[in-house]
Amino acid sequence: MALVRGLAALGILLLAVVLQVAVFGYVAVDGVVPDLALLVVVAAALSRGPQFAAVLGFAGGLLLDVAPPADHVAGRWALAFVVVGYLAGRVRQDARSSTLAAVATVAACAFVGTSVYALTGLVLDDGALPAGEMLRVVGISVLWDVLVTPLVLPVLLLAFRRLRPPQLVY
Amino acid sequence: MAPKDPGKRPSRSVMVLLVLACLTVLTLDARGGTGSPLEPLRTAVGNIVGPVESGTAVAVRPFRKLAGYFGSNDRLHHQVATLSAENSRLRNQVETEPLDRNRLAELDGLTRVSRHTGYSLVAARVVAVGPSQSFSRTVTIDAGTSSGIRPDLTVLNNDGLVGRVVRATSTTATVLLIVDQDSVVGGRLGSNMELGFLHGRGASGQADQLDLDLMDSSVTPSRGDVVVTWGSEHGSPYVAGIPIGKVVSVWSTPREMAKHAVIAPFVDFTSLDVVGVVVPNGTRGDRELITAGGQ
Repeated sequence: MALVRGLAALGILLLAVVLQVAVFGYVAVDGVVPDLALLVVVAAALSRGPQFAAVLGFAGGLLLDVAPPADHVAGRWALAFVVVGYLAGRVRQDARSSTLAAVATVAACAFVGTSVYALTGLVLDDGALPAGEMLRVVGISVLWDVLVTPLVLPVLLLAFRRLRPPQLVY
Repeated sequence: MAPKDPGKRPSRSVMVLLVLACLTVLTLDARGGTGSPLEPLRTAVGNIVGPVESGTAVAVRPFRKLAGYFGSNDRLHHQVATLSAENSRLRNQVETEPLDRNRLAELDGLTRVSRHTGYSLVAARVVAVGPSQSFSRTVTIDAGTSSGIRPDLTVLNNDGLVGRVVRATSTTATVLLIVDQDSVVGGRLGSNMELGFLHGRGASGQADQLDLDLMDSSVTPSRGDVVVTWGSEHGSPYVAGIPIGKVVSVWSTPREMAKHAVIAPFVDFTSLDVVGVVVPNGTRGDRELITAGGQ
C-alpha cells in the first residue's frame, strides 16, 4: 500500500511539473509561471507533516531539475523544496487554522523556495542574474502562487488526505 | 499510548540525510558537462517526461488562442500604435533608402551561403518552456535522436537564430535559447563583416536583448546593422549566416576602448512554436528533411 501511495504522490508531482512547463507557459507573466510543484510540497506538508513533505520535496525538486527543459545544475530545486517542505511542515498547526494563514504560508514558502534556488545559483555561479532582476522574478512567482492557491491547494489537500495511511487518522 | 504525531517533529537524521543528498547531487552535477554522472538520469527522465510533455502540448494547443483573448484593450491599442509606426517606418525605408536594399542583398547572399553549405532542416514544435523561476532560458522541442537530432546543432525559425540543442532524448530535445545568459554566439556585422560575440542577458522582464562585444575595438557598429552568425567548424554548434538580430543601441564606458552594442533579436522568444533544427545532409530519421530547393 505504501508503494501505491508513494507512486500516487509521485504521479501528482509529475503532473504538476508537466503542467508547469507545457501548459502554463501560455499564460506566463514575463516567463514566470505558478510553481505547482512547490504547491504540491506545501500541501503535503500541511496534511502530512515536515518529514513526508521534505522527502516529497526532494523527489519533486530532483524531477524539476532533470526533466527536459531544465539545464541548470541538478539538486538546486531539490534543496529548495526540502527546505520548503520542512518549513511548511513545522508551521502546519498554525497554517491550517485559517485560509489566510494557509495563503500566507504558501507566500512565505514560495519566497523561501525561489530564494534558496536563486542563492544556490549565486554560490555555484550557475545562471545568476543581477539581484534586482532575481527579486523581481521572486516577487512575480510569489504573486502567482498566492493567486492559484485558492484553486489548487484545496484539491491537493484533499488528495493527500486520501493518500494518508489509515492508522494515522486522528 | 497514542501514536505520536509524526508531523510534529521530523526525525533529524532524515532531514540531515535529505540535505546531504541534495548537496551530493549538486556536487556531482556541478562539474557539469556531458560527463556529469547525472546525465543518464536526465536522459531517463527525459525519455519518460518528454513524451508526456509533447502529448500535453498537443492536447492544449487548441486552447492556446484563449490566452490571446486575455490581452487587454490597452495592449491592443499599443499594438496598433506600434504596428502603424512600424508600417510607416518601413514604407519610408522602401521609398527612400536603396542602401537597405543593398543590405538586404548582402543578407540574402549570406543566407544563400548557408543554403549552399549543404545542411537540411528537421522541423519541430516547442512543447515546453522552462519557467523564469529557473533563471535560465530553455525550451523542449518534440523531436529527438530518432529524428537525427543530437547535441550542438543549430536551431532556427523563419525569423532567425533561436539557439542550440544542448541534450537530446529519443523523442525530445532541450534547446538553450540565445538569450540565456550562458549562451555565447559568434556574430558578424552584416554591414562591415566585423566579428564579435553575442552574450544573452537572461533577464526576461524587458524585451529580450543580447550584448555584442566586437573583437576590433576601433569599430563602431551603427544602429540598424544586421548581425548574422559567424559559424563554427562543421556548423556545430552554430552554422554560418543565420540572421540573429539588429543593433538597437551602442554604448561605451570611458574605461575601455571597445564599443558595446545592444542587439534586439529577430526571434520573439516568448511565442516560439515551429522551429527548424539544422542537421547535416543525408541525416536519417523518422521525419522528413527540409532541404534547400525542396528536393
